[in-house]
Amino acid sequence: MEIIKEFKWAVGLIAAILAFYIFNQELGVKAAEMSWANIYQMLTLVPPIFILVGLLDVWVPKETMVKYMGQESGLKGLIIAFIIGTASAGPLYGAFPIAALLLKKGARLAYVIFFLGIWSSTKLPIVMFEIASLGLKFTVLHIGLSVPAFILISFLIEKLVSEQSLNEVRTKAASF
Amino acid sequence: MTVTVLYSIAGFALLVSFLKDKKKTKMSLKKAWGSFRKILPAIISIMLLVGISLALINPQTISKLIGAESGILGIVIALTAGSISLIPPFVSFPLAAALLDGGAGYPQIAAFVATLSGVGLLTLPVEIQYFNKNLALLRNGTAFVIAVLFTIIIGMVM
Repeated sequence: MEIIKEFKWAVGLIAAILAFYIFNQELGVKAAEMSWANIYQMLTLVPPIFILVGLLDVWVPKETMVKYMGQESGLKGLIIAFIIGTASAGPLYGAFPIAALLLKKGARLAYVIFFLGIWSSTKLPIVMFEIASLGLKFTVLHIGLSVPAFILISFLIEKLVSEQSLNEVRTKAASF
Repeated sequence: MTVTVLYSIAGFALLVSFLKDKKKTKMSLKKAWGSFRKILPAIISIMLLVGISLALINPQTISKLIGAESGILGIVIALTAGSISLIPPFVSFPLAAALLDGGAGYPQIAAFVATLSGVGLLTLPVEIQYFNKNLALLRNGTAFVIAVLFTIIIGMVM
């Protein structure tokens, strides 16, 4: 019972796909295929990320994280955030558990936001793909604008988020 | 390719960890499973929602909506569609390239690509679950502003 409650949205959406199938067979099959392709991608891509996050969680002491990405880590923290963001793979929701771990271990909020920005726009494999699909000029403009913009935005968001809200986020992150 | 690299790194790290400390490794796997399990219901629902919407919207429709003559309205549509949808890059970039070939304008494509990667309305519930409403809205809102700026710049120079 508990498990059905937990997955109630998923159950509802599967029922919707079945309803599609009844009214329009082709549409129902297509929706099921697309959904399965997405779920399959998620199930194959996400487990190693969680394993790595779990390992970092038990092996990296808080002091180390604070030293390299904490409030006083300066440019070092920004560069590390850039490197882990750009060397990554997968959709942005894969970055959330990593960001939560960084926050839990005491990384500076601005660097974590910057990491998410870089993950979303400047992942190395995707950049190559973007050049191939949309051209070098487009991609250079995209990255050239995104990186400085995300740096500015990260510090801006840090200023806008209250101490209380940040504490709430860090406490929540510790529970994951 | 990406998957192979990811699994190799995770597998190697797990092995090293296991050789160093069995107990700690077990604890890390427990944590990994716990956080995966916690997020699973939301992620599965989102994937189903994405599947349904991809089935309902086809490339021809998109091409009509953000094609060459679509102008400002096309940009607005592209910004909205990109913000809502969740399309993996190996689908979205070739789609964007095909749309360009089919006569779509660069600003529309820029709007679509930038919001697609940075703004995630569908994944917002998961983002709030990880952080909080305040932070998730700020991050998505600012990513949207950056996407608009990028669109304007592309419109001016390309």
